[in-house]
Amino acid sequence: MASLIGLYSLFFGLCSSFLIIFFSIKNFRNFLNFDSKILSLTFLQFFFVVVSFLGLIISFINSDFSNETVYNHSHTTKPLFYKISGTWGNHEGSLLLWLLVLTLFLFLFLLKSKEQSKKYRILTLFFQQIIIIGFFIFLLKTSNPFSYIFPTPAEGLGLNPILQDPALAIHPPILYLGYVGSSIIFSSTLAAATLNKINKEWATHIKKWVLLSWVFLTLGILLGSIWAYYELGWGGFWFWDPVENVSLMPWLALTTLLHCLLVLEKRFLLTSWVVILSISTFTLSMCGTFLVRSGILNSVHTFANDPERGLFILIFLFSLIFLSLFIFFFFHKFENKNMNQLFWLSKETSILINNWFMMYFLTVVLIGTIYPIFLEVISSEKISVGPPFYHKLIIPFLIPFLFMMAIGPKLKWIKSDMLIKKRLIVLFLISFLLSFLLVIKLNKDILINSILLTFAFYLFFVSLRDFFIKKKLSLPQNFAHFGFSLLILSILFNNILSKEIITNLKVGEIYKSEKFEINFENIGQVEKKNFKEIIGKFIIKDSEDNIEILNPGLRIYNQPNIVTSEADIKVNLFEDKFMTMNYVPNQDYFNIRYQIKPFMIWIWFSVLLITFGGIMSVFKKRYEN
Amino acid sequence: MKIKTFPLFLVIIFLIIFVIFYKGLNNSNIYTPETNLKKNIPYFKVKTFDSEKLIESDEIFKNDKFYLINIWASWCVPCRDEHPFLVDLNKKKGLEIVGLNYKDNKKNAKIFLDDLGNPYDIILMDQDGTISIEWGAYGVPETFLIYNKKIIKKVIGPLDSKKVFEINELVK
Repeated sequence: MASLIGLYSLFFGLCSSFLIIFFSIKNFRNFLNFDSKILSLTFLQFFFVVVSFLGLIISFINSDFSNETVYNHSHTTKPLFYKISGTWGNHEGSLLLWLLVLTLFLFLFLLKSKEQSKKYRILTLFFQQIIIIGFFIFLLKTSNPFSYIFPTPAEGLGLNPILQDPALAIHPPILYLGYVGSSIIFSSTLAAATLNKINKEWATHIKKWVLLSWVFLTLGILLGSIWAYYELGWGGFWFWDPVENVSLMPWLALTTLLHCLLVLEKRFLLTSWVVILSISTFTLSMCGTFLVRSGILNSVHTFANDPERGLFILIFLFSLIFLSLFIFFFFHKFENKNMNQLFWLSKETSILINNWFMMYFLTVVLIGTIYPIFLEVISSEKISVGPPFYHKLIIPFLIPFLFMMAIGPKLKWIKSDMLIKKRLIVLFLISFLLSFLLVIKLNKDILINSILLTFAFYLFFVSLRDFFIKKKLSLPQNFAHFGFSLLILSILFNNILSKEIITNLKVGEIYKSEKFEINFENIGQVEKKNFKEIIGKFIIKDSEDNIEILNPGLRIYNQPNIVTSEADIKVNLFEDKFMTMNYVPNQDYFNIRYQIKPFMIWIWFSVLLITFGGIMSVFKKRYEN
Repeated sequence: MKIKTFPLFLVIIFLIIFVIFYKGLNNSNIYTPETNLKKNIPYFKVKTFDSEKLIESDEIFKNDKFYLINIWASWCVPCRDEHPFLVDLNKKKGLEIVGLNYKDNKKNAKIFLDDLGNPYDIILMDQDGTISIEWGAYGVPETFLIYNKKIIKKVIGPLDSKKVFEINELVK
């Protein structure tokens, strides 16, 4: 029943799209004011999608296995929480969530943009409706979440166990708010470019939306990363997996866009940058959806390999790209002013320089992600691109990037004088000495580590000092930059100081090394509703006789029948102790992996700080006076 | 002039990308064991496991002889499953087994071999995983059969009795 309502609701939603377009065209031509009918219709469309989404949730809660999606991804023994989160833990449901966010953002946009011109609002609505219609058709034609199966199966197939996790239950909705939120930026930029309205006022207006998407995207990536850290059991937080990369690319584009908007707002420069970046952010999000959903890349997010779906998104994606290229070249008025207006020592120049660095990082990630696909098609040769590629290409360029981040905010708009402040030099020397001593003490590669640390510390100190200077008013910027320096520092120290032991142990056995003693004390078993868990008890003694007890587990899920290993992590302010236990078939020992990961909590915390900067900025009336 | 050619150029670029993605869609992305076949083996220089001396690939692979290069690691669970097969294959004459120890800790690797036996005639160390990338490996374990410096068979994932049979047929 709920499924049926959901399905009809979707059809009504699609129909309202055509009504909206019809009325918008009429309104665009004839009337002076924005027709309030359109706003009501937009709300109605949003309402239909909400009903449809609720319909799917209810089918999941009731375990209605006559619905194919529910049958494929749920099971009666699953806890209620995962029944609900199972709604978007699959291809069909997650696309419905896309649609929900698309319509939600459009409705909010129309509500919040009353002071904007009629033509601009209608055009934005029009472009957004093109995207919405595309997704409606995609959903109904290739991935209907309400397919009916008869006879009704007695039991479902169950949700992939590694998706049964609290962080992952909220990761998709948050990430989608960021991903799909960028659609409204895309639509309104196209509208503004068509009307030749890209100016300072528009920048102020659109910045809020950019910040909003940016905050959600950052949080979404953070949640995914935390999940990968404790659930996948490799003890890392970023693997340069294609799926992570496709979320990083829109983030990089969005961050660059944010900084371009600041320049546009102040100086009315970089308009083409803004248009191109808005377009790229959304197309990169779409491209990400294409790459992970079409099965062209293999990952946890590849729910089903169906070339038809891939083909649809591909055609849709490229239609949007060509539409935006058309608008960009034929409607967008290029700046008459040239770059001579930029003085080499000014805030806008420093932002521009770092924008180029961001574009470089984006290109590296993009090439690393799609080059293997290209190579395979052209020469049918398979390669895999791993972390060394990214590290080698990105790390050296972080050094000037960090430096510009530190001094950029210190410069004035338009033109700065050469007056070099003593304090900045003193801070630099302190950072250099500190890093040099640290690196020598830790006995690591001196050159690259100490240079990188110097600049990370420099940004750290400079932005830390700014918190105590009252005349500076850009607190959000300072939070974000400070958070970024903390992030780089934590990652560096995490990399340098991580320790790892991998060994095989039987119950009762003790592993000894110079630094640790791992005692596999005993093993226990726990029965839960949807899984059985074997829990090991390990006592770890370090050289100073500190004792830590860790209890990693092995979960044997009943539906589907999969064994997952559950890491046990003891978190404290300075380091995480991380242990996983793996089952070795036909042996009486377990494969044990014990890791010490310093400053993990600071990595999460620094990303939260960066996000906090964004949130502050959303709520702040004026960014800078 | 510039403003006219540039959009055209971009459109062409995007069309090419479209075609490539379209073709990529039809490619199966799972296992394509045939692709790297009949290719010359990559040249590399690597440390050996026992003596830590640098050795060149030309010194290892001679003509007119079958070699089985097996990428393994002590932390890799499927490697344990396939290990008995390697131990069996080692008994075969005219086939040398080369182990490529992938991103491993030497101590653990030794324990692994002590536990399960050492089927390798020579073991090479690929500590950062770059040599495996040269070979076009996706992960561990992976096995390549080599004859006259050409890859004639590639097995992705652990060996099993069927694959061992196929290898035996080829080596005959």
